[in-house]
Amino acid sequence: MSCDEKVDCGRRRLLVATATVGGVAGVAAAVPFVASMLPSERAKAAGAPVEVDISKLAPGQMMTVEWRGKPVWIINRTKEMLDSMAKIGDQLADPKSDKNMQPEYAKNDTRSIKPEILVAVGICTHLGCSPTEKFKTGAESGVDPNWPGGFICPCHGSTFDLAGRVYKSKPAPDNLEVPPHMYLGDAKLIIGEDKKA
Amino acid sequence: MSKVNALLQGTLNWVDERFPLTSNWKAHLAEYYAPKNFNFWYFFGSLAMLVLVIQIVTGIFLTMHYKPDAALNASGVPVAFASVEYIMRDVSWGWLIRYMHSTGASAFFVVVYLHMFRGLLYGSYRKPRELIWLFGIGIFLCLMGEAFFGYLLPWGQMSFWGAQVIVNLFSAIPLIGPDLSIWLRGDYVVGDATLNRFFAFHVIAMPLVLIGLVGAHIIALHEVGSNNPDGIEIKKKKDANGVPLDGIPFHPYYSVKDIVGVVVFLFVFSIVVFFMPEGGGYFLEYNNFFPADPLVTPPHIAPVWYFTPYYSLLRAVTYPLFGIDAKFWGVVAMGAGTLIFAFLPWLDRSPVKSIRYRGPITKWLLAVWVVGFFILGFLGTKDPAYKFFGFIPGAPVAQLLSVYYFLFFLTMPIWSSLDRCKPEPDRVTMK
Repeated sequence: MSCDEKVDCGRRRLLVATATVGGVAGVAAAVPFVASMLPSERAKAAGAPVEVDISKLAPGQMMTVEWRGKPVWIINRTKEMLDSMAKIGDQLADPKSDKNMQPEYAKNDTRSIKPEILVAVGICTHLGCSPTEKFKTGAESGVDPNWPGGFICPCHGSTFDLAGRVYKSKPAPDNLEVPPHMYLGDAKLIIGEDKKA
Repeated sequence: MSKVNALLQGTLNWVDERFPLTSNWKAHLAEYYAPKNFNFWYFFGSLAMLVLVIQIVTGIFLTMHYKPDAALNASGVPVAFASVEYIMRDVSWGWLIRYMHSTGASAFFVVVYLHMFRGLLYGSYRKPRELIWLFGIGIFLCLMGEAFFGYLLPWGQMSFWGAQVIVNLFSAIPLIGPDLSIWLRGDYVVGDATLNRFFAFHVIAMPLVLIGLVGAHIIALHEVGSNNPDGIEIKKKKDANGVPLDGIPFHPYYSVKDIVGVVVFLFVFSIVVFFMPEGGGYFLEYNNFFPADPLVTPPHIAPVWYFTPYYSLLRAVTYPLFGIDAKFWGVVAMGAGTLIFAFLPWLDRSPVKSIRYRGPITKWLLAVWVVGFFILGFLGTKDPAYKFFGFIPGAPVAQLLSVYYFLFFLTMPIWSSLDRCKPEPDRVTMK
């Protein structure tokens, strides 16, 4: 800053220093307000694992449970469903599940621990709607004459296969998330916890 | 009588020595000279102010009964949803106050869109009115925020999933996105924390900013003076007293004219409030009569009509670009679609302001843009798989119109300067 005879340079320096310190204090005062909008301790503590009994889940059926406020789907896929999934790899954006949307133990062709049982968070990776189940195949599904069965998001039309893998050229960028989960018995599943944890 | 007058004059003098009452009255009303050739399109500024007042007054009374609480009550219904039902059923005249508020939201956008279109028609954003326009864009953005925050409060299915989608828009921003959306929600999912903060934004933060911007909009307007349908400056021709020859005092001339507009507006507004408050599902969406359920998205979700053109822009982008997801570019398209209006004062290079003296290129391109805006808005209310007449797929139409939407603005510097304009008159015309 230029300093000529008409300006008391000592006072000018004091003013600049005071204003700077005041400004820093002002910005610092915003921190508690901004931080108060983050999830509270109570919100962070919520989110305990959920135990599910899947003994009554017949092949071809799906059930939804709530985990951390989100819908988690458990689908018991039939042999035909699994076969149809194997044929559509070229239509999918990430058929090999290369992107990190699942735990290591679900990084396989069926995205699951047991081939027939899929556990996935039913939240579209585009903007968070919950896709609708369209298990009926072909024209009957109302999606496409060659539809092999899967999910369609009502919000922006993203489509997913029966392993939650997203189709190419759809708004959703990633496959559906597979949450950490493990089997406690043959028909008992725990969601939100796995052996690593 | 003269004693009463003297007393009144004395009181006024007492006030004027302490507060600039008379001088403000003159500057903004009695001696604010507005062009004498205002037409139909000039009703909507004052109507927007009227709707703002309706929204504030009805809003104050709604907060006396509404509870922003997502917890379930004894009957298993979220408290917020139940409190809106309580207003509708048990609060005396509560239904009227709420319908005025919900209809007012749509009316606000109708009036503001017409007000903005007036600006497009007559070049009201051109020099020296760029700041009026920018304050106006600020008001428009604030209004969208206000509408969005308010829409969560009834805690119905559309409230919940609409907020879920819009908050997730922010998660598309590379690097900071996911944390930003958690910060906005105050939780990992839309929940009680989200509802409470949206209530705070809706009833305190946004209205304060909105009123401040409206003040700045009007102060800037009264500094440079109003534009008019001829797009010429009335201040260039003044009489001996410095009053524009083509200007008339705002009060009583336009205050009275605007009252006619208010009466007509209130006719239409009352018809909607009393006979069709749901507006065929466009003003109050049917799915919002179901309480929020975080596990099930309704089979068809769409934003309220005033957001649908931008929602179509969002959906139109389905290809990744520069290694970043399509999702991010959809959000960019949506944001750019609303912000691009702010650049109009610098995009428009026409030698004349008003559509009256502009050539066929401008008229055609603008007409197509308006039709496109309506079609985008229409498609935004429909399913992504919608087909016109059952066979013309809507998605590619929306993509084509989205490209046109932006090209209209981006190429404006070229076509607006090429167009064959007619000469502007010296004085305003009365047609």
